[in-house]
Amino acid sequence: MRIGSADRGPMTVGQKLWQVNWSLILFIIILTGIGCAMLYSAGDASWNPWAKRQLIRFGIGLCLMIMVAVTDIRNWMRHAYTLYFLVLGLLVAVEVMGVIGMGAQRWIDLGVIQLQPSEIMKITLVLALARFFHGASLEEIGRPTFLIIPLLLVAAPVVLVLRQPDLGTAIMLTMTAGVIFFLAGVRAWKFGLVVGAILAAMPLAWTLLHGYQKKRILTFLNPESDPLGSGYHIMQSKIALGSGGVFGKGYLSGTQSHLNFLPEKQTDFIFTMLAEEFGMAGGLLLLGIYAIVLIYGFAIALRVHNQFGRLITLGVTGTFFFYVFINIAMVMGLVPVVGVPLPLISYGGTAMLSLMIGFGFILCAYVHRDVRVGRHGSGGED
Amino acid sequence: MYREDSSRYKKFSRRAMILGGGQIALFGLLAGRMYQLQVLESSRYKMLADENRINLRLLSPPRGRIMDRFGVPLATNKENYRVLLIAERTRDVKQTLEALGRLISISEHEHRRILREIRKRRSFVPVTVQENLDWRKVSRIEVNAPDLPGIVIDVGQSREYPLGAESAHLLGYVASVSEKDKVRDKSSDPLLELPGFRIGKSGIEKQQDLRLRGKAGNSQLEVNALGRVIRELARQEGQPGDDVMLTVDLGIQNLAVAKLRDKKSAAAVVMDVNSGGIIALASVPGYDPDAFNTGLTRKQWREITRDPYAPLTNKAVSGLYAPGSTFKMIVAMAALEHGVVTPEQKVFCRGHVELGNARFHCWKKHGHGWVDLNGALQQSCDTYFYEISKRVGIDKISEMGRRFGLGRVTGIDLPNERGGLMPTSAWKKKRLGVPWQKGETLVAGIGQGFVLTTPLQLAVMTSRLASGKAIKPRLIHGVVSGGVTHPVDIPDAQDIKISPELRQLVMDGMNAVSNTQRGTAYRARIKEPGFELAGKTGTAQVKRISKRERETRVLKNKERPWKDRDHALFVAYAPVENPRYAISVVVEHGGGGSKVAAPIARDILHETLKRDPSGYRKRDDVVGDKEKDRKA
Repeated sequence: MRIGSADRGPMTVGQKLWQVNWSLILFIIILTGIGCAMLYSAGDASWNPWAKRQLIRFGIGLCLMIMVAVTDIRNWMRHAYTLYFLVLGLLVAVEVMGVIGMGAQRWIDLGVIQLQPSEIMKITLVLALARFFHGASLEEIGRPTFLIIPLLLVAAPVVLVLRQPDLGTAIMLTMTAGVIFFLAGVRAWKFGLVVGAILAAMPLAWTLLHGYQKKRILTFLNPESDPLGSGYHIMQSKIALGSGGVFGKGYLSGTQSHLNFLPEKQTDFIFTMLAEEFGMAGGLLLLGIYAIVLIYGFAIALRVHNQFGRLITLGVTGTFFFYVFINIAMVMGLVPVVGVPLPLISYGGTAMLSLMIGFGFILCAYVHRDVRVGRHGSGGED
Repeated sequence: MYREDSSRYKKFSRRAMILGGGQIALFGLLAGRMYQLQVLESSRYKMLADENRINLRLLSPPRGRIMDRFGVPLATNKENYRVLLIAERTRDVKQTLEALGRLISISEHEHRRILREIRKRRSFVPVTVQENLDWRKVSRIEVNAPDLPGIVIDVGQSREYPLGAESAHLLGYVASVSEKDKVRDKSSDPLLELPGFRIGKSGIEKQQDLRLRGKAGNSQLEVNALGRVIRELARQEGQPGDDVMLTVDLGIQNLAVAKLRDKKSAAAVVMDVNSGGIIALASVPGYDPDAFNTGLTRKQWREITRDPYAPLTNKAVSGLYAPGSTFKMIVAMAALEHGVVTPEQKVFCRGHVELGNARFHCWKKHGHGWVDLNGALQQSCDTYFYEISKRVGIDKISEMGRRFGLGRVTGIDLPNERGGLMPTSAWKKKRLGVPWQKGETLVAGIGQGFVLTTPLQLAVMTSRLASGKAIKPRLIHGVVSGGVTHPVDIPDAQDIKISPELRQLVMDGMNAVSNTQRGTAYRARIKEPGFELAGKTGTAQVKRISKRERETRVLKNKERPWKDRDHALFVAYAPVENPRYAISVVVEHGGGGSKVAAPIARDILHETLKRDPSGYRKRDDVVGDKEKDRKA
């Protein structure tokens, strides 16, 4: 049954490159450019140690993104579970032989580069869930037992990531999965049930949290209670932001950042530095560019004609959104301090690569928007 | 399939819209929070950011100097060279310290303190290794600088007293600010909080502290989160303290100290009789003012406070002594003013007077025979003064004493001045609850018993007698502020309310003491014509002589323990005609006034007349020249 848009037949790589949404890439480049400028400032007007390396990684990421985009979406569909279990295996490997970094086991040393499987998992989980829901009818989705497998797909990496322990990534994975469940058509009351269950489990979860995690939450509730300890970061961040005012202190002139009152200014608190140096104007501009990228995500999703592509697109877009929201809300003291970087701006290799791959999938879905995807990744309908 | 897909798509689209709406709402929340922090609360955070980064450091102003009336420095600031060690500038702290230890000796104890401090502080904070280095050590370190990484020489300022212990009572000393000082100081000067800042604790340093202290400057430093200084944003220089010029003439002050030095405990005050300016004010023994500056050991403190000669007390203003016979001028004037005796009226002295059952002895066992006022002063006949004090009464005597500055503080610009005592019958009734006894008037009549004075008061009394003016003692000659000298106004002293003739009678008596052969201080007279002094001796009994002693033999001073010996006193003014300077000398337990105190006073007064610090002769010459001009 072939109805609707014309099947253009298999596209050549050249045709696919023509189809790539280059204006979205332009905004990605703009965001990375802003990020490198901030890293240059964070390095006290120096390309070292951060800005240069970030640019190199972006270059690699850009290549990966294009490669992902032009690869046939059915291939990705076919290998979605394989990739998922591969990364899950890496997460287990981190448990076993992970290098201790930042007090948590997050890295795996592949000799050439250090890999953070939990970051990549954010993408592969989207792939696996999209594949799972791609072939599912609304009827099937309505059956509670049908949801057991996707819930297990989510639970496995979340538990592993929590064990590292990396609360921020665990929350991100859960919320991204929630987005896909939601878009796939899972009934709203089921979400209510889960939220209720989580609230009920809170006291139990509290006892399982690490001391520093508990402290972070307590500090978030009352940052002034411990101005020299855990509350220090968030207080200094708010001071930096607030003192930036409407138009900021000028590029390279943020006193809080450059006199080191601001912690981790090249990673988690880079937005604070931007808002200190460029003020609310700079902050809103960045937020605006992020909004444009998100709008691209939604617009693409609505134009894709296969469920797999749609779910991938909004899944990655959702991940992207959660990155932005959690990070900015955190540095402004709206949510507790969790280690979530600002996408495309914060310094960090794996996060950059996984994001670029993620955008690769969005572009891939866009390029193959009219391709019919079978239940298991084969062409045509079945 | 199509229908299925289209229903899924519809659901997807609807839910995507909800999702998008939620995301927009959350972005709105972020923007709102940004507005709250960066616009509404911005000023508060700007302040906090500045508080973070700007460190206000006080700059202590140089302390004003203290000089004598001719500008000779008495208290100055000297450069204090310190060796500091900055840990981050050396690879091996221990090795650097070892190398430094070969150049200047560092004790084991010091070594441990330095290492402890380095461990405690951040590595860029300098730690003091040693202070008050002399030039030899400084140059030795400078020459070896390449081998001493992390070692820095720093120049500070510390107080120096060229006169050492001998000026301590007059000038006082400076020391670190105590908690009590902070409470007492109402200026709420931020300097008091500055570590290492020193304020005047005694003497002129204390009394003129606000003037000498100056105003704090400050330096706004930008610091990073670790406290390391990045740069100086602004600097406001402080205002140096004013220099204070004293009325003191260092030449006379040194002489006075030199003359008293071999006495165990003594004081002397030299004054200008017309202006009240203190020319010299000495108290021995002294103490080392530098010891307080650098801090005393517990042992040193115990030694000083337990010293029987009380080195910390400025005896010239805080020492209370019975004036003895130096009080007789006051008694004489009280009696003459109230007409209970005339200058010519004679009293027979047979060595003692009886009142009721008590017997009051004259110092001369067999008596002076018939004596009038002049003779009684000349020979210091106790019997005469027993008689006239009995006639005039204690209240009138005390009233006269007060007119001459006794019995209350003179208000000199020195701390811990004491007022002494001019007893009255009302005072005794109130204070001790028993009525005044007539015998006590007799004892007071020869300056003993309840009567108490300070050496400064005796000098004031003598000055007022010599000038006829109610002068007050002054110490501040001028203030040098910003290179400009401002002389201190001398308020015109009022005439003392006593008839000049009466005053002259007493002065004639003092002249007779010094310049007639039978006078008690004839041997301590100034022989140089025109410089003659007029004085009065005093020998204040410390221990009551018992009846048994009198029957057998009164022990000589040298035979008694030091504590029981008489105080030797002498007051004088000079020249006899047109008096210019007055002096009082008290030698504690020194023996007889004529033998011990009078020669000291004579030497100091003679030198004062020759040096003429107030410049009387120059002024007279100028007047004389003018007169000559007029004649010519």
